[in-house]
Amino acid sequence: MNKEIVLMIIGMGLVTYIPRMLPFIMFRGKELPPFIQGILKNVPYATLGALIFPAVLYIQEDIWYGIVGAAAAFAAAFLGANVIVVVIGSIAVLSVYSFFF
Amino acid sequence: MAIGRVSEFKKGLQGGISIAIGYMPIALTFGLIAKTTGLTLGETLMMSLLVFAGAAQYISLSLLAQGIGMVEIVLTTFIVNIRHFLMSASLNEKAEDDTPGKRMLYSFGITDETFSVAATQPGTVSTGYMFGLTLISYSSWVVFSGVGFLIGAGLPKTLQESMSIALYAMFIGLLVPSMKKSIKVVYLAALAASFNTVFTLAGLMSTGWAIVSATLLSAIIVEAVEAMKPGKKVDDRE
Repeated sequence: MNKEIVLMIIGMGLVTYIPRMLPFIMFRGKELPPFIQGILKNVPYATLGALIFPAVLYIQEDIWYGIVGAAAAFAAAFLGANVIVVVIGSIAVLSVYSFFF
Repeated sequence: MAIGRVSEFKKGLQGGISIAIGYMPIALTFGLIAKTTGLTLGETLMMSLLVFAGAAQYISLSLLAQGIGMVEIVLTTFIVNIRHFLMSASLNEKAEDDTPGKRMLYSFGITDETFSVAATQPGTVSTGYMFGLTLISYSSWVVFSGVGFLIGAGLPKTLQESMSIALYAMFIGLLVPSMKKSIKVVYLAALAASFNTVFTLAGLMSTGWAIVSATLLSAIIVEAVEAMKPGKKVDDRE
């Protein structure tokens, strides 16, 4: 195992565990201000937006590869497909795409 | 007393069956993508064992693939997972009073899903229930991460290339159902994507910091705009 990766995983484990654990120790019927709660609720959706774009454009040299794959995923998800179906579906679409281009 | 604890533990296991089933495909995909990202089987299992957070683990793979620094990956993990703080704070109210040691142990297993199941239980949630619930979910996550890694082995090169979309397809698959339910989610994702694009393309900061800054900035702006709207205090998201 790569030492740097192992250190990173331990770091990830610590920063994930501490927020899970702390409230059980420090909170006794207290609540954070609603504004802070609101910001924290927003974080996952904002993160997903920033993660998808623009990185999805650069997954292969051909910029259309990412665009086609993302469009396929969006269409499948919009029609209500399960996440795993979205993933497999967009892989299938790109397999067909790379067969022709 | 001992029998009571065992049956509470069993109830927790039963409550977690749907989570265990739901985690299976996500963990399989994680294992598979971890392999394509270049992690070893040991590193993949270690991440699922020590982190146990789907979105953050996927994100770390995405950042690793982009060559992002380790400190930025850990910080991004922290920001993505800090929402668990709120869940634990809420569950702390509902959980049976027990020794700090036991509570610190099962708090490791708080995820969006285990929290949702536990928080919707009637009345108080016992320590035994929490151990059962988190144990079955955790086991599914770790085992299927490993299985996904192993069955992902030796795929044809074209398929490997096509699978570079998998991570992004997963993010889109997670995001779109929430976008359909709430326009606020659409604003959040679009704003963060725009900030991230500007920060990255203008060369203001590295990709990792750009994601962190774009996320926080968007989350704060959208919340501030919402707070300024009169009579719109109630959050309509699930």
